[in-house]
Amino acid sequence: MRYLPLTDTDRAEMLGVVGAASIEDLFVDVPAGARLAGPVDLPAHAGELAVERALGAMAALNRAAGAGPFFCGAGAYRHHTPASVDHIIQRSEFLTSYTPYQPEISQGTLQTLFEFQTQVAALTGLDVANASMYDGSTACAEAVLMAHRVTRRKGAVLSGGLHPHYAAATHTLAHSAGVVTRRLSAAVDDEAAVVEAIDADTACVVVQNPNVFGTVSDLAAIAQAAHAAGALMVVVTTEAVAFGLLKSPGEMGADIAVAEGQSIGNGLNFGGPYVGLFAAREALVRQMPGRLCGETVDAAGERGFVLTLSTREQHIRRDKATSNICTNSGLCALAFTIHASLLGGVGLASLAGLNHARGRALASALGAIDGVEILTPRMFNEVAVRLPKAAAAVVDALAARGVIAGVPFSRLDPAAGLDDVLLACATEMTTFEDIAALADALCTELAR
Amino acid sequence: MRFSKDHEWVEVAGETATIGISAYAAEQLGDVVFVELPEVGKTVKAGDPLAVVESVKAASDVFAPVGGVVAEVNGALSDTPETVNDQPEGTGWFVKITLADPGEASGLMDRPSYEAFLATL
Repeated sequence: MRYLPLTDTDRAEMLGVVGAASIEDLFVDVPAGARLAGPVDLPAHAGELAVERALGAMAALNRAAGAGPFFCGAGAYRHHTPASVDHIIQRSEFLTSYTPYQPEISQGTLQTLFEFQTQVAALTGLDVANASMYDGSTACAEAVLMAHRVTRRKGAVLSGGLHPHYAAATHTLAHSAGVVTRRLSAAVDDEAAVVEAIDADTACVVVQNPNVFGTVSDLAAIAQAAHAAGALMVVVTTEAVAFGLLKSPGEMGADIAVAEGQSIGNGLNFGGPYVGLFAAREALVRQMPGRLCGETVDAAGERGFVLTLSTREQHIRRDKATSNICTNSGLCALAFTIHASLLGGVGLASLAGLNHARGRALASALGAIDGVEILTPRMFNEVAVRLPKAAAAVVDALAARGVIAGVPFSRLDPAAGLDDVLLACATEMTTFEDIAALADALCTELAR
Repeated sequence: MRFSKDHEWVEVAGETATIGISAYAAEQLGDVVFVELPEVGKTVKAGDPLAVVESVKAASDVFAPVGGVVAEVNGALSDTPETVNDQPEGTGWFVKITLADPGEASGLMDRPSYEAFLATL
């Protein structure tokens, strides 16, 4: 496909039609103080070798997660993605295709989206899933907005175990819709506080499982309390591999389940792109945001797939749409689908079991260190520990010696007063040598 | 039966007005797949959005042709929305309203006037 640039004559004609004298006139609303005075100060050009050398030097300032013992989790997880996933998503039919608005030429894309939705519904234990959202945090925000539309109530109770970034994203999106989010104090296990906070104006409670402190809970009691008050329960999962071992959100009474799908098929990617999972009970399908792929039959009676229930979306409903988002995280969703297909149910359960075993070994090693207190009562693969000193300083000291000890809670929520709490995570990528190296380095650091 | 310019019909019986969409509107919309009805007890003035009717190709607002309080909604439409296409001016009714002003409907078009209006579209 050829690129046909504009000529000066084209530009002059367009400016004439809109009534502007020059291109600069189109930027009249940008304050003078925010405008660039001249061209951006970049070197004119350099040869490929010189550019590679310069960019390579910049990249070398970073340290890859896999470069040594690495225990960061808290919303993004280091897992192994088989080479076959990248091999398949790099096929140009997948890599370069756009939104499948024309079903007659997009059955491949639509079929994979339908498979993805089927997997998400199965993993979350709910009836219907969409073709994905941008990430777990915006999926969480969308769930709260959906609960507001369904119940016509203005309040949302956010558990103290919800990832602080998810709470912040939810507050940002919800408050402009008039929804009042009430975030409970950070807590390792706050079932009682969540139940207590439900009132007649609560549209939903939002609980994370495993929560940001790694705690695993049975949410049935919270579901019951929410439903008794006419509210919905939204369950958030940040570590998708946990679906292989824990009771599903649907089984525990969730009305809406959201998750970060990054752990399956997708790398850490410096924080994105990721893929938000979103599923709900069938009765709520018309209030779901995002794209929905459906199964149907064509004019010849053959099975086919189409985008469906489009009247929820903004290109038809405009300001009454269920969301301003009418896209999905297609390539990341595809990577998720491929990896999940390769694992299968048995494989995912096995992977989850392995993660849990490594997590338990990590918790055991940390708990044996003098001065370190395990805060997480029941865990999957992530544990919160209280240190005798500020966690951020400990993490920095250990990083200088090649061990990435985890995420200090103060980095997620500096105002929580939990500066001595460290979140550490183990996955199938964590070796026993890694755990020993962490325990050793931590012992040495705490003895200073 | 009286009609509004937005193709809603009203049938008044005492203080109650039954409201739906005209056969013309139903035909223009195509196959109706979903009707979003208001809550019983909601108060509306003439011209306020009352319901939303969704077909395979569009979602359209249905406006209250007269004012009052929503007394009853046609729940059967959630299972069989196609009734709107089959009997738009009969069993495909949307909402019954307790009128604020029982005479308000007389300001709307009668059937001959409505049909003349349709001919101009």
